[in-house]
Amino acid sequence: MILGMGKYKIKKIILDSAKLNKIIERMAGEIIERNEDIENIALVGLQTRGVFLAKRISHIINKIENIQVPVGILDISLYRDDFATNTEMLLKQTDFPFSVDDKKIIIIDDVLYTGRSVRAAIECIMDFGRPKLIRLAVLIDRGHRELPIRADFVGRKFVTIPDKERISVKLAEVDELDQVLLLDKEINCSSNLVF
Amino acid sequence: MLKTKDLLGLENLTKKEIELILDTAINFKGVFTRSVKKVPALRGKTVVNLFYEPSTRTSKSFEVAAQRLSADVIDITTSMSSVVKGESLIDIGKTLEAMKADFVVIRHAMAGTPKILAENISAAVINAGDGFHEHPTQGLLDLYTIRENLDEIKGLKVVIVGDIGHSRVAKSNILALNKFGAKVTVVGPPTLIPDSIKEMGVDIEYNLKKALENADVVNILRIQLERQNKNLFPSLREYTALYKVTPEILKYAKKSVLIMHPGPMNRGIEISSEVVNLKNAVINEQVTNGIAIRMAILYLLAKANK
Amino acid sequence: MQKILIKNGHLVDPAQQIDGLYDILLEGDKVVQCSNNINDNNAKIIDAQGKYVFPGLIDIHVHLREPGGESKETIYTGTRAAVKGGFTTICCMPNTRPSLDNVPSVEYINLKSEKDAVCNVYPVGCVTKGLDGTELAEIGSLVQAGVIAISDDGCPVSNAFIMRRALEYCKIFDIPVISHCEDRDLAQFGVMNEGAVSTKLGLRGIPNAAEEVMVARDIILAEQTSGYVHIAHVSTKGSVALIRDAKKRGVKITAETAPHYFTLTDFAVEGYNTYAKMNPPLRTAEDVAGIKEGLKDGTLDCIASDHAPHTKEEKNKEFDFAPFGIIGLETELALAYQELVLKEKLSLSSVIEKLTKNPAEVMRLKTKGSLKIGFDADLIIFDGNEKFKANNFISKSSNSPFLGWELQGVINQTIVAGKVVYKS
Repeated sequence: MILGMGKYKIKKIILDSAKLNKIIERMAGEIIERNEDIENIALVGLQTRGVFLAKRISHIINKIENIQVPVGILDISLYRDDFATNTEMLLKQTDFPFSVDDKKIIIIDDVLYTGRSVRAAIECIMDFGRPKLIRLAVLIDRGHRELPIRADFVGRKFVTIPDKERISVKLAEVDELDQVLLLDKEINCSSNLVF
Repeated sequence: MLKTKDLLGLENLTKKEIELILDTAINFKGVFTRSVKKVPALRGKTVVNLFYEPSTRTSKSFEVAAQRLSADVIDITTSMSSVVKGESLIDIGKTLEAMKADFVVIRHAMAGTPKILAENISAAVINAGDGFHEHPTQGLLDLYTIRENLDEIKGLKVVIVGDIGHSRVAKSNILALNKFGAKVTVVGPPTLIPDSIKEMGVDIEYNLKKALENADVVNILRIQLERQNKNLFPSLREYTALYKVTPEILKYAKKSVLIMHPGPMNRGIEISSEVVNLKNAVINEQVTNGIAIRMAILYLLAKANK
Repeated sequence: MQKILIKNGHLVDPAQQIDGLYDILLEGDKVVQCSNNINDNNAKIIDAQGKYVFPGLIDIHVHLREPGGESKETIYTGTRAAVKGGFTTICCMPNTRPSLDNVPSVEYINLKSEKDAVCNVYPVGCVTKGLDGTELAEIGSLVQAGVIAISDDGCPVSNAFIMRRALEYCKIFDIPVISHCEDRDLAQFGVMNEGAVSTKLGLRGIPNAAEEVMVARDIILAEQTSGYVHIAHVSTKGSVALIRDAKKRGVKITAETAPHYFTLTDFAVEGYNTYAKMNPPLRTAEDVAGIKEGLKDGTLDCIASDHAPHTKEEKNKEFDFAPFGIIGLETELALAYQELVLKEKLSLSSVIEKLTKNPAEVMRLKTKGSLKIGFDADLIIFDGNEKFKANNFISKSSNSPFLGWELQGVINQTIVAGKVVYKS
């Protein structure tokens, strides 16, 4: 796997499947706990893995509270501030099966890093209407924010070395297993574990 | 991945590339239903509409598409530009380049002009119709509309009615539909259908009833009213008698036949008002889809050219 | 008088039915001897060992553009392009500005040629005043001033009555009326051949019929008037068939075609290549085959370039706006050699005939087109093995569809009136 420029190899498994799922359950619990009007909540998952996380959280909430929290899907491509350097051409789906107006929106993403994706997501959500408030839930917060943004719900904090380390979240829906990996930039990569 | 700097025609696009454009357009169509019908993707980019032929629909469609992507739009039309003063196309292109245009959308009465422009400037050139050659965004939006309504294009019988020889819309439609495995029949008077169009892979018919048999889609072209003076057909009255699409004649087609027209329509000439109002007429949808397609083109070319 | 002796060359001189090793002795501006093994100690010797020697080539269809179009070509540059291409005699077309419909203009060409030309230049006069097809030019005066044929080339003589009168009137002078055959009503402002390619490119087409209808008309008129018509730049199979039949019936008719009509098809226009835009337009493969057939069986008498220079600025335009015409003098012989002799297996002699003997006969040039004793000392030395890349034209213009092509057959030397005017 080539991520950005250069090759990366696995340095460490941060979370295995069991731990990962425990954390997701905990995050769902926190969301319930801190939102008494849970029926007024909508989750917005950022493409791609944020969407699956949002669906899982919605499912857990449903099991506990017997309430169907709607899940919106958001592709931030059109709102990115790095249009000139980002080469991804394919637009992914954006779909909000609910009205944003007066909703409490919780943005769900896998990794929080610079905060730029979240900025784009907020802008996009606002173009759909006027939510009551927007909160942010992330599985991993790897630090190094470049914008005044913080997460309201954090699964695990894990500060990485910028430009060297990376976090890779794997979810069974797309990656066949649940796992969170720490990757390390490797120039001479001869190991089998080259991603 | 779109690899070309420009969109000059559909001839050289692969089926895959066309699919990418159509799929991208689906996402842009979604933008139209938001309370803010606009995304910031092309903020700071400049789109120049360079129209050497009057066209409200296409130029406005490009304008809306550009604006919904947050690009700035400059309109240049012939009557006011230096074309009259004899400035060459290439020099106009260089001027636009000096103004840092990122896109030039060109409409010209002469085939091949977008290509000349594209070869001479670094901005992305989008063909908005060149002579009798191609009108690629129209071909794409028609294809999009058919796919949206009928899902699978392969195997469909698509009938194009009217002035095929002088129609860039017909050419782009034929090129696109053939790539997707549709069966295209063109119908109209022989004076408006060059025999050699067969070599583009279409069937020729001169009888409208026969052409419509078993048709899934009928695309009715606008008849240029001035053609009657060139002896291409004796009179509009006669053209209407032979080739006007009416509810009665549509009975020969499939019941669900999709009715399309690139506009602007001459109601009562090539198409009757009753046909326009049929529920399987998608003429207004075509206009909406046109914006989505043009957004997709601007977006993908911006991606390809950065 | 200076003598030049060309030794050991392979002479191809169709007028004398020579195709073998011959020496040629020139004295002054005439041929004095043409036989095996000539020795002359007083002559300057040119060794043509391993090379061909041809009588100087004659191109009866050239646009020199002077006066009026000096940015495209001049007599100075055009004749230099000609001798580089092996032509020692060219006929220049009258669609200059002013046109050659008056004696002073013809005299201007003659005077300017005397001063600037490095080969023989014979002007062709207009059929009608101002080439506008309505009123006959003063053909007699033009002939006296030196024109050797008349033509409204570039503009067809649309009015059949005017054409009839021209054919009749020219019988006085025994000169050909050269006809640019194009029915403008059928051509309908077309810019290329009508067919699959024009349909695909969206360009207006010129049907074969636009040419053939007028070829047929001119045959009928020549037959009824017993005048002499020469059909310029034949491009279609149908025209060849009409001319073939007319010749069988004994009509006084000759015809020429140009190298691009036996080398290229309308596919060359793809990409809106204005360097492949000429009139008549490039046709289909079927027509190319027909043209080759016509060259083989002698229906087409001459090969002529229709050398039509245009500047880069004029050609680098919208296809519809770009002018018709391509240059041809510098690629003509190589294309004829490569396409007809090497590929089509026409005999070299039959091809050279169409560039020497036949055009001399069409234009009534009694001392040209052959190296018979007493004929003009115009000849070329040609290397059939050497190749060259078609660029760096001497012509002022470079509007050639063959630009950048590798061609076989190079002119080593060109001698006009006993003087070496070109060396490769």
